Amino acid sequence: MFDIRVQVADFDLSTETALIRSRHRDVGAIASFVGVVRDTNAGTGVSEMSLEHYPGMTEAALKKIVDQAAARWNVIDATVIHRVGTLMPTDQIVLVVVASRHRGHAFEACEFIMDYLKTDAPFWKKETTPEGSRWVDARTADHDAQQRWKQT
Amino acid sequence: MLNLLYFASIREALGRDNEAVELPADATVAGLIDALRARGGIYAEVLAANRRWRVAVNQDMVGLDAPLQDGNEVAIFPPVTGG
Repeated sequence: MFDIRVQVADFDLSTETALIRSRHRDVGAIASFVGVVRDTNAGTGVSEMSLEHYPGMTEAALKKIVDQAAARWNVIDATVIHRVGTLMPTDQIVLVVVASRHRGHAFEACEFIMDYLKTDAPFWKKETTPEGSRWVDARTADHDAQQRWKQT
Repeated sequence: MLNLLYFASIREALGRDNEAVELPADATVAGLIDALRARGGIYAEVLAANRRWRVAVNQDMVGLDAPLQDGNEVAIFPPVTGG
């Protein structure tokens, strides 16, 4: 039912929200998040980023996350697109779109999905900097952001 | 046999992305990690207790006490950094 895609190609937010609107007449709110490749990380310039993932598990993990959100909030439809391969600064990397009857559910479910994607979906970033390439370290802040959903 | 998969920095450090290994006598994730560490060298280094790594069995993230069975797909990888 939910639309989950892992792809090399870019995506278009307007196209995805239009698709969701065309499928449902009871949607009153669509919240979305777009992640973008920055040109700096941990104080160093980043000229390129490559994304590796675990085919099969990635899709299953994303589906599980969206299902958890749908069990908690009113989620009429949802789209998650994550890009893999080589990306450059300013490129779009991830899209989450959540459609609900009302905005509160759409906002919260969208943020929940992003927070869980950061800690549970098997993607790994490697960035190219002036000093060479390096794997990006997992951030404690991402773990904390995911954990707070367990307390409320 | 277990089908092991390695990803990202762990794949690079070990110089391979998969291998088949016998089911260890202690048929748990902890037992498998101990058996791999016992090889010494880069395996002991990469899988050291103070290094951060995660394990998924049949594409589901699990803890050290998770049981293993013949034919399982076991992936070992660093903490994820998508999004």
